[in-house]
Amino acid sequence: MTTTTAASAEPGERTVRKSSPGAARGPRRTGRIKRIGLPYLLLLPALVLELLVHLVPMVIGIVMSFKELTQFYIRDWGTAPWAGFDNYSVSVHFDEPVGKALLHSFFVTIAFTLLSVGLCWLIGTAAAVYMQDNFVGRGVLRALFLVPYALPVYAAVITWVFMFQHDNGLVNHVLHDQLHLTDKPSFWLIGDNSFYALLTVSVWKGWPFAFLIVMAGLQNIPGELYEAAALDGAGLWQQLRRITLPSLRPVNQVLVLVLFLWTFNDFNTPFVLFGRTAPDSADLISVHIYQASFVTWNFGTGSAMSVLLLLFLLVVTGAYLLLTSRGRKTADV
Amino acid sequence: MAPPRSFLWSRRIFLTLLTSFVLVPVYVMVSSSLKPLADVSGKFRWIPSGLTLRPYVDIWSTVPLAKYFVNSLIVAGAATICSVVIAVFSAYAVSRYDFRGKRVFTVTVLSTQMFPGILFLLPLFLIYVNIGNATGIALFGSRGGLILTYLTFSLPFSIWMLIGYFDSVPRDLDEAALVDGCGPLGALFRVVVPAAIPGIVAVAVYAFMTAWGEVLFASVMTNDATRTLAVGLQGYSTLNDVYWNQIMAASLVVSVPVVAGFLLLQRYLVAGLTAGAVK
Repeated sequence: MTTTTAASAEPGERTVRKSSPGAARGPRRTGRIKRIGLPYLLLLPALVLELLVHLVPMVIGIVMSFKELTQFYIRDWGTAPWAGFDNYSVSVHFDEPVGKALLHSFFVTIAFTLLSVGLCWLIGTAAAVYMQDNFVGRGVLRALFLVPYALPVYAAVITWVFMFQHDNGLVNHVLHDQLHLTDKPSFWLIGDNSFYALLTVSVWKGWPFAFLIVMAGLQNIPGELYEAAALDGAGLWQQLRRITLPSLRPVNQVLVLVLFLWTFNDFNTPFVLFGRTAPDSADLISVHIYQASFVTWNFGTGSAMSVLLLLFLLVVTGAYLLLTSRGRKTADV
Repeated sequence: MAPPRSFLWSRRIFLTLLTSFVLVPVYVMVSSSLKPLADVSGKFRWIPSGLTLRPYVDIWSTVPLAKYFVNSLIVAGAATICSVVIAVFSAYAVSRYDFRGKRVFTVTVLSTQMFPGILFLLPLFLIYVNIGNATGIALFGSRGGLILTYLTFSLPFSIWMLIGYFDSVPRDLDEAALVDGCGPLGALFRVVVPAAIPGIVAVAVYAFMTAWGEVLFASVMTNDATRTLAVGLQGYSTLNDVYWNQIMAASLVVSVPVVAGFLLLQRYLVAGLTAGAVK
């Protein structure tokens, strides 16, 4: 349906273009009316798709969160009885099992996201700054560094699953057999270690994006700034603090927000790493909600949790944008 | 002016460590894909006990990998083409026209970026099933449903990046084309699009990678006939055996097209990010 709107917008406009050179001096009014409609016509496909795949499902999701939606009603979900705020109160009763697990998962996700985003940013920035000037092998390194980002998630994460295997994995072989750091081979994909396993994979996969963006940002800093600073006797460290980091501020603000949202909502990495049920220590919220909906078949509660999550993200993003835009305004003055 | 020695040394150490961190999994993938099953089942060895191409032969028969490959190619390819075309139209409208609701549009589209995928998995599933029941158009379980879903995943980012890119193409260029008698779409396709090719390539690469790597919707919304690589790779672990050498071989095979394409086009991606996301 949507593809036809995309296709029909185009031939419709083609005819306008064909006729306009001949009729340019004549009826200008029709041309102008079409012009006013044109932006909307151009936006139509995107709008229809966003509505169909994001906004309508979101509204349905909100409606579902107020229903007692178990597997018995899934064929005809409209007939499921209303639950009022039951799904929400179950989710936020933090001393009951469901709420307790959700709160735990929330804190795990926050800790994981902050650590992952921080490390990705740090490694990406350091690599970009170190590779700012030309040296032999820079092009090769840059291409290598982008490999984790380019690899499909499941292929990359499945390789890490293999490396984290208890008996035949590389990680235990190195830590236990070669470096003798552990008394006995550890489990990485169950128990408390899984948090670090997940973090490692997430950073490995995510830092090249920060690297890419910071590198792009560095290209916009005029070289004269560094030359002037060097003439004034500023060392490399001072140049980094006084020129590089401040110039990167607008780039970083966007980068950190995007990294935060992607990491916070990441489903693919934990799902391939752990399967449908993640270990407690690495129970990220998306997998937790997936589990609540598709494993225990309680779609109403799952939807309520999703809505709560969305509200949280809205508040955080709003506050972040407000803070950073205020910072930018005062910086301009 | 040569940088001081301490800087050079810290750079060498940092870059060496980082390179090993990046490359170790790649080495594991490549070397394990060439090992016999007995070798990958036992303790890990840096140096394979023997090299074999057997896993590369077997991957095609253990699971119908070729079919999954074709499915992924169709889904990701179609999603990419549609998403790029739609993003070009939208970004052009936002970049070149003033109209009522412009801000609302950009803010709405951008904010869909922050929705967790899990939020609309179930509703979308229900919508597709209902559309299927009402109209007979099979969206659930079909490639069409996945294509439709995936093309919206990359759309917000693509529109956002292309707006920035189109803004950096001087307005005089397409205004001149309009004066010369081009229609607005003529100006778009003859002037703006050619000037913004790096940005468009970058967006296409991003859209393709997003679709090629998606797991959640692929695992819920596909059936035997339409399964993509993301789900298909799970077929190499059976109850009795995990064919790690075949898993690694298959991972490598499905990765090569995207990684090669990405590395070839990464110049454009960086250029696109510079002009788009960064401004």
